Amino acid sequence: MISRTPGAVRHAEPVGGGGDQAADRPRRITAPVTPGDLVFRGVLRAAGLSVFLIMGLIAFFLLLRGLQALHATGWSFFTQEKWLTQSHVFGIAAVLPDGVIIAMVALVIAVPVALTTAVYVSEYAPERIRSALVSLVDLMAAIPSIVYGLWGLFFLQPRIVGFVRWTTMHLGHWIPFLKVRSGDIGASYTSSPFIVGTVVSLMIIPIVTSLSREVFSQAPQGEREGAYALGSTRWGMVRSVVLPFGRGGVVGAVMLGFGRAMGETIAVALIISPKFTVTTHILENGANSISSLIALHFGESDPLSLSALMAAGLVLFGLTLVVNMLAAVVIGRSRSGAATAD
Amino acid sequence: MTDNPGVDTPAQQPVPVGVGYRANAGGPDSDAVETLALPVAAGPSPAARPALRSELREPDAPAQLFGLRTRDVSAWFGDHKVLERVSLTMPAGQVTALIGPSGCGKSTYLRILNRMHEMVRSACLAGAVLLDGEDVYAPGRRPADVRRRIGMVFQRPNPFPGMSIYDNVASGLKLAGIKVRKDQRDHLVESSLVSAGLWTEVRNRLRTPGGALSGGQQQRLCIARSLAVSPDVLLMDEPCSALDPTSTRRVEETIAELRGRLTIVIVTHNMQQAQRVSQSCAFFLATHDTPGRIVEAGDTAQLFGNPVDPRTADYVNGRFG
Repeated sequence: MISRTPGAVRHAEPVGGGGDQAADRPRRITAPVTPGDLVFRGVLRAAGLSVFLIMGLIAFFLLLRGLQALHATGWSFFTQEKWLTQSHVFGIAAVLPDGVIIAMVALVIAVPVALTTAVYVSEYAPERIRSALVSLVDLMAAIPSIVYGLWGLFFLQPRIVGFVRWTTMHLGHWIPFLKVRSGDIGASYTSSPFIVGTVVSLMIIPIVTSLSREVFSQAPQGEREGAYALGSTRWGMVRSVVLPFGRGGVVGAVMLGFGRAMGETIAVALIISPKFTVTTHILENGANSISSLIALHFGESDPLSLSALMAAGLVLFGLTLVVNMLAAVVIGRSRSGAATAD
Repeated sequence: MTDNPGVDTPAQQPVPVGVGYRANAGGPDSDAVETLALPVAAGPSPAARPALRSELREPDAPAQLFGLRTRDVSAWFGDHKVLERVSLTMPAGQVTALIGPSGCGKSTYLRILNRMHEMVRSACLAGAVLLDGEDVYAPGRRPADVRRRIGMVFQRPNPFPGMSIYDNVASGLKLAGIKVRKDQRDHLVESSLVSAGLWTEVRNRLRTPGGALSGGQQQRLCIARSLAVSPDVLLMDEPCSALDPTSTRRVEETIAELRGRLTIVIVTHNMQQAQRVSQSCAFFLATHDTPGRIVEAGDTAQLFGNPVDPRTADYVNGRFG
């Protein structure tokens, strides 16, 4: 609290040379808090810290249960491609990259759709269409992933195989990863990373769309009008103001989408035909991901295999955590640095 | 200055909302058909008019000057009328100051001049804005083309985020889709910055972000950005109200140097500023139940020194507002 001796300083002149010079050190400043504030702060702090606690407990649980398998396999857990429950050979060298590939396919499909939707909703859509679209996109996020999985398996897959055949026939020659080996067998075209990625893309479109839409609509009115006042078209304004302003937020949104795609389980488990070699041809039958590996194997596992699944889960947990934290950093930085004036 | 309403105004009924020009809430790119309830300005027929000038002019080269004139401009936001029958001539090559207390509609009037008004949902207007005798609200006239000829500087400096000083100045060319050679562009950026009085301060750091400049420098950067597309008219909406006195003086010097090279219309709350920078002046006034209208307009020295209307005298002498 500030206390001042009356009359000590009469003029706004430097007081110096006097006898009672106080030490020129930062003084201690206290700000007493009311009891109400104290209680409220305590409750909020407890709620906030409980998130750390829950996350920490999950990581601790996975580590605890996974250690047994990690002990048994050693570093080969990260280099071994095979996963044989019966003979206790465990490794994620194929499952992890496969999961990343599926997530990448999902991003390649989802990001253009999500970004164009976000620009349309925030900049072009008339009010009524805008609110309808916003709630529809939110609804997309509310559909259970098992529904997406069933839709992908029974509706999408039989209908998209023709497109896959066409693509590999025309492009597979020049672009190696679009080739389908043993293409004379019909089943080679199904259950591929591409089809799974397509289904997963539907599940990450909502989050990427709504996060991007939010940063786009925060582009400041002053800069928007500045662009219009220079004789800009609406697209010119979007390009010179809205997109640069939202760049960081979009990168963050895409990374969050990636994290979600990595963790997607049921739809992948339903559609994929599991295999344990690293995928090199995305249109070809067979792939895997850590979450679908866990979903498909935990029922038949003995204690050691279960421990290995926990260890795999821990790796996925760590990876997703890192990606999400990076995303948060990118989003946070864009918020603080994007505004120009003031 | 003002068109004498008794002589110039054709017999008109007050234009109800929705009958006059209805600003399209769809925005500046909308192709919707626009209608004007009022007779279009006397002048050459639309077909005979030249297309909007698209070539660039050297900012420092002598050029033809265009004045701006409005005829019976009224404006509404929804059902609320904010301006009534404002007729004003802003002489070519001069600085015209719009003064008046807050809420008198002078900023709305300014935004009507380059078609920024219609970007507000529910905004509409009646009357005509004539640039060189042509109505800027004429059907088929694109807002973007109008705004390129009638530039605007805002109250808050608004350089583009993440763009360098150079790119900010050159942005108008890009936005308007004007292709120029690199050396031409360099020259244009330099001459625009010189005109805005910013060149000597930033010549060695043209590639640094525009957002890193001080507020006053940002405002002059925005002036340079507007000048780079060589507008005929520059509108300034309280350009100094967010600036410190030194920056204000620099901006006023810039305005003084631009005088005679293009037509400037400036909204200001600062009486001294209006006296310093403008040659002609219009005093707007609104009361709580009447929309804004011009009380008095004319030569700045006359309006401040020997106002006709007692309300003007009260305002310019600081007795209210």
